[in-house]
Amino acid sequence: MLRYISKRLVSLSASLIVASILIFIVIEIIPGDPAAFMLGINADPDAVEALREQLGLNASLTSRYFTWVTGLLQGEFGISYTYRVPVSELISDRIVISLPLTFYALVLSTLIAFPAGIYAASKRNSLGDVSVMGLTQLGVAIPNFWFAMLLVLVFSINLRWFSAGGFPGWDQGFFPAMKALTLPAIALALPQASILARVMRSSLLDTLSEDYIRTARAKGLNRRQALWRHALRNALIPVLTIIGLQFSFLLAGGIIIENVFYLPGLGRLVFQGITQRDLIVVRSVVILLVFAVIAVTFLVDIAYAIADPRLREGSR
Amino acid sequence: MSEQTISQPSTLQLILRSNGFLIGAGLTAIFVLAALVSFIWTPYDATQISISDKLKTPSAAHWLGTDHFGRDMLSMIMVGARVSMAVAFVAVGVGILAGVPLGLYAASKRGGLIDEIIMRGNDLIFAFPSLLLAIMITAVFGPGAVNAIIAIGIFNIPVFARLSRGAALSLWQREYIMAAQVCGKSKALISLEHILPNITNLLIVQGTIQFSLGILAEAGLAYVGLGAQPPLPSWGRMLNDAQTLISIAPHLALVPGLTIVLTVLGLNLMGDGLRDLLDPKLRRVKS
Repeated sequence: MLRYISKRLVSLSASLIVASILIFIVIEIIPGDPAAFMLGINADPDAVEALREQLGLNASLTSRYFTWVTGLLQGEFGISYTYRVPVSELISDRIVISLPLTFYALVLSTLIAFPAGIYAASKRNSLGDVSVMGLTQLGVAIPNFWFAMLLVLVFSINLRWFSAGGFPGWDQGFFPAMKALTLPAIALALPQASILARVMRSSLLDTLSEDYIRTARAKGLNRRQALWRHALRNALIPVLTIIGLQFSFLLAGGIIIENVFYLPGLGRLVFQGITQRDLIVVRSVVILLVFAVIAVTFLVDIAYAIADPRLREGSR
Repeated sequence: MSEQTISQPSTLQLILRSNGFLIGAGLTAIFVLAALVSFIWTPYDATQISISDKLKTPSAAHWLGTDHFGRDMLSMIMVGARVSMAVAFVAVGVGILAGVPLGLYAASKRGGLIDEIIMRGNDLIFAFPSLLLAIMITAVFGPGAVNAIIAIGIFNIPVFARLSRGAALSLWQREYIMAAQVCGKSKALISLEHILPNITNLLIVQGTIQFSLGILAEAGLAYVGLGAQPPLPSWGRMLNDAQTLISIAPHLALVPGLTIVLTVLGLNLMGDGLRDLLDPKLRRVKS
């Protein structure tokens, strides 16, 4: 087990190093002079030079990279060019919206997908199964930002149950803040719930055809008992992997959804960074999100290995 | 016993599946046709502004209504179909052209350093939140259809590389491949002549699925302003325009939204149907 974890840890570090190099290259080298890029075409050369100095762009490429990475390791992301405050401050202000939104959506997605998938698998080929699968087919095809607009139209504009956007802040109380995140979380969760329900169903069906289920049935358990007592726990393993993967989709998907609902989270921050050419902000948020995704993938791998000893032995 | 049905699809399911394929192919054909026809004819000029006609609901003159500039929605949807499909199609092409050779090469050098590097590189692209990298690419290189293609296409590369590697690995164990090796054929030639034709079905099915994902991704990028630029209409940007007007003119959001849903649904149904039709095991059950 220790060997497996250390192997995964090496691969995690390698992924992070390569990701940081990639992000560094895309942002720093390809567009030419980042300082000129940030200030626009008609910028004063002196201002560009001053910004170059401030950004440390006159140092060599490798030293710039290492300065950036050592800064990251110490939690120093640099100073935002437009906001004139440390990027770490901006990020910590915004992450308290993005992260709860992601988890909220993940919980919703699981709460919808599990009953739907289990129901469809237990009633295989029935009208109920076909209907659930049809709905998931539709759920996968719906762009989440469009679904978000429909939710606003129905629940904010017509029924006036929720506000159409904005965030009151956690200091206004837990429930008002969660209420503001509810429609965005539903919009984010729907497509993921559809995928998860399909995975849950097929995983359960695979497990139900295993020999040990037949043995359980031979012992006198009915189909429902065999499903709940034996099949479900084993079917959960691939489902957990997908839930881990969905974390990344939800975190990144939040970027667009936050814009639909005017939520001041990391997604809005990235977009403001892009439109204001504040590449330090963009770079920092991107590496942070990539780190989060890679770390979650790592944790899922470990959880998977704990649950399934066969994985630790050899093949990946 | 209900277990008996597990290995064999029921008749109901097979009919539903082939119906799904027919519906999917029909929907896809409609939107492909709309895109193609838009090159020679649209009801109105899709970029023509006519303020006196603004925010008209669907009528005989404007089948899908008009937008806040009085532009004909049907014409915009038709021209938008062209953009969406072209972006998604080329992005799938990028994925196949780059991913399949990589996957086949990795499979032919199984377990080697090159195989390891290719597969780890693929893992890395998978680990990146795709939307995020797409946004970063279009932010740095500027918004537009070409950069959207690159941004979406990059993520198709590992999908096709992994798929073709996995399929090729199992084929390399077959007798006829061994026979080809004994005859002295190079690994590259075997990959091209024997492996590739045998994985074409898989590639077609995956291509259909990636095509639908490409359409969703393009719509997302266009919605946040990083896709095709005005005056070229695009489904995603039509939705962005509709957002502030949704309470007074819901059709502005419903028309492009439903178009995206139906296109993606059509492609997914077609992909699922193709998978079943091209899967020899299922075909045997059917006949």
